Amino acid sequence: MRFTTILAAIGVVGLGYWAYHQTIQTQMTDREVRSLERQIAAEAERLSVLRAEWADLNRPDRLRDLVAFNFERLGLLPLDPSQFADPAQIPFPQVVQENASTGDAL
Amino acid sequence: MSIRIPLRPLTRILDARRRGENPDNVEKENLRLRHEAMRDRMRLRAESRLLMVAFCFIVAFGAVGVKMAELATSEPTEPRIAYNGPTILNTRADITDRQGRILATNFATNALYAHPQDIIYPRRAADGLAAIFPEMDADDLYRRFTSDRTFIWLRRYISPEQEQMVHDIGSPGLLFGPREMRLYPNGSIAAHVLGGAGFGEEAVNAAEVIGIAGIEAEFDEELRDPTRSEALMLSLDLTIQSTVEEVLGGAMVLMNARGAAAVLMDVHTGEVISMASLPDFDPNARPRPLLEGDQADDPLFNRAVQGVYELGSVFKTFTIAQALELNLFSVYDMIDTTGPLRMAGFAIRDFSNYGPEQSVADVLIHSSNIGTSRIAQTIGRERQRDFLGELGLLEPTTIELVEGDSGRPLLPPRWGELATMTISYGHGLSTSPLHLAGAYATMVNGGTEITPTLLRRETPQVGERIISEGTSAMIQQLLRQVVTEGTASFGEVEGYFVGGKTGTADLPRPNGGYYDERNLNTFASAFPMHDPQYVLIVTLQEAVELSGPEPRRTAGWTAVPVAAELIRRTAPLLGLRPDVEYPLGLQLSSSSN
Repeated sequence: MRFTTILAAIGVVGLGYWAYHQTIQTQMTDREVRSLERQIAAEAERLSVLRAEWADLNRPDRLRDLVAFNFERLGLLPLDPSQFADPAQIPFPQVVQENASTGDAL
Repeated sequence: MSIRIPLRPLTRILDARRRGENPDNVEKENLRLRHEAMRDRMRLRAESRLLMVAFCFIVAFGAVGVKMAELATSEPTEPRIAYNGPTILNTRADITDRQGRILATNFATNALYAHPQDIIYPRRAADGLAAIFPEMDADDLYRRFTSDRTFIWLRRYISPEQEQMVHDIGSPGLLFGPREMRLYPNGSIAAHVLGGAGFGEEAVNAAEVIGIAGIEAEFDEELRDPTRSEALMLSLDLTIQSTVEEVLGGAMVLMNARGAAAVLMDVHTGEVISMASLPDFDPNARPRPLLEGDQADDPLFNRAVQGVYELGSVFKTFTIAQALELNLFSVYDMIDTTGPLRMAGFAIRDFSNYGPEQSVADVLIHSSNIGTSRIAQTIGRERQRDFLGELGLLEPTTIELVEGDSGRPLLPPRWGELATMTISYGHGLSTSPLHLAGAYATMVNGGTEITPTLLRRETPQVGERIISEGTSAMIQQLLRQVVTEGTASFGEVEGYFVGGKTGTADLPRPNGGYYDERNLNTFASAFPMHDPQYVLIVTLQEAVELSGPEPRRTAGWTAVPVAAELIRRTAPLLGLRPDVEYPLGLQLSSSSN
């Protein structure tokens, strides 16, 4: 009888410790989640700013000005129908006559 | 419970005495029985109590067990509602073009307000603010800071640099409220489609961004829906839209035009790939509407949708198509085109005379008003009106813009025989360029109805059949001939088989009659004509070409070359390869070794 009581008391203390430990851990995780969420919100804001900036940097007016400004170096022109080609216009790669050049050596 | 049995029943005592037994035994026996019965009853009661307690324990532990099982098997979820950041972000969905490029997005910024009772040095705060923001007046601010008011809005939104400068003033009474700003990164590109946004209800720490024009207003509810995460994808293509606006802007200068509009539309899906109206505006700083003068001069005015004009000879296509569809004429039938044609005191004339008789095909190719009027007379008033109604030319378009309803076609007050004749060549009925795009799509796409849309869609529209495929094929040929041998000879773009119809209409005077030297020039085109994919409508208002000895005001000299340049620039971007014979000898490059 006495032995089981002591065992039970130890059990209660152990379980109490375990429950307390879990609570602390939950709170810590909770705090971590909250900070992560804050980070996600900040990143989302940054992302939207970056997207807006990307769109701003790629706006056609700006690109057009840049192309005009760098025309000497890049020589970019608007896409033209004459830039389409037919596959027949692409020359076949020339077959290198290995034998012709090395024939003497053999 | 039975009747209590006496411990010493007289009969049994007497019996026991007679037999010489101790009568106390009877009493003992009876007492024993009574105790036994009592014990049984007690045990029963105790057992039921035990059962009761056990039941309670089972229920209690069962409840705990069920809860534990539930916790163990259920998905772990966040115990709290999602954390909201310091600013409420992206409450309004983005708008993108057909390739996902951003046309409208949000930008987190701050609004500036003041609590005058917290400002310690009103003079210094007022001077500091006036130095940062040029539109603020220091004395006026000082007067407001020293008044009884407890709250003053100073600016709707400020840049991060300005925010830092206001911080540097160091006044505790100047405060910032988070704001979300609608940003249109491409500036004036597609301004009329996007419209613009403004602030609705305002509070210190948030303000509602609401659409006030264009597609922003049309889809305001959907864009504001907080559960929506994906962007609104339009049918516009940013690159093509910008090219169209660039070419059109150049054309306006070259042709000395007062305004210009263009609509480029897919003839099968009804998607508007590009819609431009010049002059335009910057939706980031939407100007105030023009309160006086001609509404058509207002940059906010969307000529492509709201501008209803008598578009002139481009309507002849519809008259000819209906005549062919009803089998009233074949393209080879000869029409009397001797002019002028007099009707109810009104003379219908041709721009140039091509002889007393022309075939139906030539009536369209040479754009004969007289010939078209005669064909319309044969068609008749009722059938003409029904046909134009089927083409959607008598009702506002259902385009997804709030301005759409204001583009209501102007019908003649009395649709009599004269009106029938003038409408047959595009006078007396005013429609917008977008109406024309929809109707021309029907003409060339095989004959089915098309509803222009600004939203991305993958599949072709399955519309009602309005003209037969045969008629549509015939119209394709005729429109092609207008370019190869008719009034639109400048419309030829090598490899793209452009077809179309010109329209030169005099602009009406506000109080009746028409101006002599103020035209609206239209070219309604489609390409490539052997298998039409896109229609392009170009209108130039009051365009005049001055390179020749005399100013030229016809569409053939103004709108057509502009349309040709637009097709030359946009068709490759649309992924259409030119259909030209490649000389076999010509090779791109040689892989010399």
